[in-house]
Amino acid sequence: MNFSKINWKQLGITAGIPLIILVILGFMPNYGWDYGVTLFSNFLFYIIISVSWTMFSGATGYISLATAAFYGIGIYAAALYGNTLPLYVVVLIGGVASFILAFIVGAITLRLKGIYFAMFTFGLVLLLKEVIFYWEIVIEGTRGRIVALESNETVYYYLLAIFVITMLVAYIIRKSKYGLALQSIGENEEAAAHTGVNVTMTKILTFAISAVFMGAVGVIMATKNTYVDPSTAFNPMMSFSPALMAIFGGMGNIYGPVLGAVIFTYIQEILQTGSLKNYYMLIFGAMLVATILYLPNGLMGLIQNLWRRIKGAKSAPTRG
Amino acid sequence: MELFLNVLIGGLLIGAIYSLVSMGLSLQYGVAKVFNIAHGEFLMIGAFITFALQQIGVNPLLTIVVIAPVMFIVGFILYRTIFTGIRVKSPNPGVFESNGMLAAFGLYFIVQNIAVLIWGSTPKSYLFLNTGINIGGALFIENRIVAAVFAVAIGIIFYLFLASTRTGKAIRAAAQDPATAGLMGVNINFVLALCFGFGAAMAGTAGVLISICYPILTTMGLGYTVIATVVITLGGLGSIPGSFIGGFILGIIGTGVAYWQPGLAVASYYVIFIILLLVRPKGLMGNQ
Repeated sequence: MNFSKINWKQLGITAGIPLIILVILGFMPNYGWDYGVTLFSNFLFYIIISVSWTMFSGATGYISLATAAFYGIGIYAAALYGNTLPLYVVVLIGGVASFILAFIVGAITLRLKGIYFAMFTFGLVLLLKEVIFYWEIVIEGTRGRIVALESNETVYYYLLAIFVITMLVAYIIRKSKYGLALQSIGENEEAAAHTGVNVTMTKILTFAISAVFMGAVGVIMATKNTYVDPSTAFNPMMSFSPALMAIFGGMGNIYGPVLGAVIFTYIQEILQTGSLKNYYMLIFGAMLVATILYLPNGLMGLIQNLWRRIKGAKSAPTRG
Repeated sequence: MELFLNVLIGGLLIGAIYSLVSMGLSLQYGVAKVFNIAHGEFLMIGAFITFALQQIGVNPLLTIVVIAPVMFIVGFILYRTIFTGIRVKSPNPGVFESNGMLAAFGLYFIVQNIAVLIWGSTPKSYLFLNTGINIGGALFIENRIVAAVFAVAIGIIFYLFLASTRTGKAIRAAAQDPATAGLMGVNINFVLALCFGFGAAMAGTAGVLISICYPILTTMGLGYTVIATVVITLGGLGSIPGSFIGGFILGIIGTGVAYWQPGLAVASYYVIFIILLLVRPKGLMGNQ
């Protein structure tokens, strides 16, 4: 490697700022701000799912509504193995189980048109919910399961670890040849296939990788509540939240989904605890419609546009 | 034999309503290209308005005269205000379909929330024509038969409208190829909004018919959207006769499974959906 080629200033900015943020986040539980730990756990959680959602859906344009399915698989992994196995093993189980499910679903549906994929993935959530309900009530004669509780700090540190891995994987995928292949699929699938991209395999693999984080995070979030049942585990809102956050933040940039997730989690915190609790879905829906109608490129797109306009105004030659 | 008749006739009766709901979604998705998740919400609103009017003494079947036009206007305006904007801004049809679907989800959340605020989340029902009729040893309630007859009649009238009028022809042209239809002088934004409006009107009417047979819930809409999705995939996207027949097929299968294991009826729809996507994604009568 030729070290003289490295632009140290550039490297300092791209690696330094994330490191500083990471150190601040790492000492979070030591500041004695209890609400902060819960709030930042929620931030990290939504950042992880919206970044991993964008990993696949943002690049390829296939809208996946299966997030709730993978998240629910993670929750059930925690319910089944949480009492007997150490937490990191359960997190692995949740991730691997989601990977396998996503791989199978991808292999079945990703040859189809985008809209079928969206319908299919949404149906998957409903199917898993119905089947597990049926299994629990008719065959086992129970409803719901008990999960072993973990402390807020443990939850926070696990989420932080998954967050770091998710961001690294998202960054690597975006910067690699593989990410380029994904982008080309999103722009024109046929053209990508003609230039030698193994379109189906690339799509399936990315979909499966993105599902790993959703499953892993499901395990962690399950330990915050003592009781889970299919309707809380496979809540369809979990499928829409990452899509809305990513679109709102902007999918053209890795920080877009992060920004969207932080803003929306904060709005959610305010709405769900305040007097507007009963209007939460209404506001969520209205924001979804408004975002798609007026912010198709998200906040990041808006910021980049404005930035370009400011820079353009400085450097553009005066006309006439 | 009695069980067979129960399943067959019961399936056909509920299937007629499924057909009507699905024809509506077929117009919205097959022609207007909006995969309208909020489709079932129009149905739910229709059912609850009928319930409210019934409480002050209006004959439920008469409410169709009010609900169908109102739903049509609401659907038409929604398409013109939301979906036309998304369609014009989208770089390609794929992006329009994805964004349209997400916007429809937003609509679903909005309508759902408003309905729960107004009507709560407990089941509501009223009695209407609830005498039994004996068909070959199997007992059916009169209101189910009336509802099925109405659903079939509306379906046939709409089919004749599509087949024999000038507007119907424009709709069929738009279903085949919107861009070319636009070049041939069809006012495409108007026709697509028309389709969306008709779809909403059909859902609203189906809601009226459902409310006279079954207890109604503010959360029931999504279940009917799922059923309609399976039916339009079964019948072939954009094929109105396909949706009509598909509704009956799904009605019979669903009733059969519900007799065997009530908890698995919804799961069976999804299994049918998976098999269809794997074996014949263009459906029974589709040509795409």
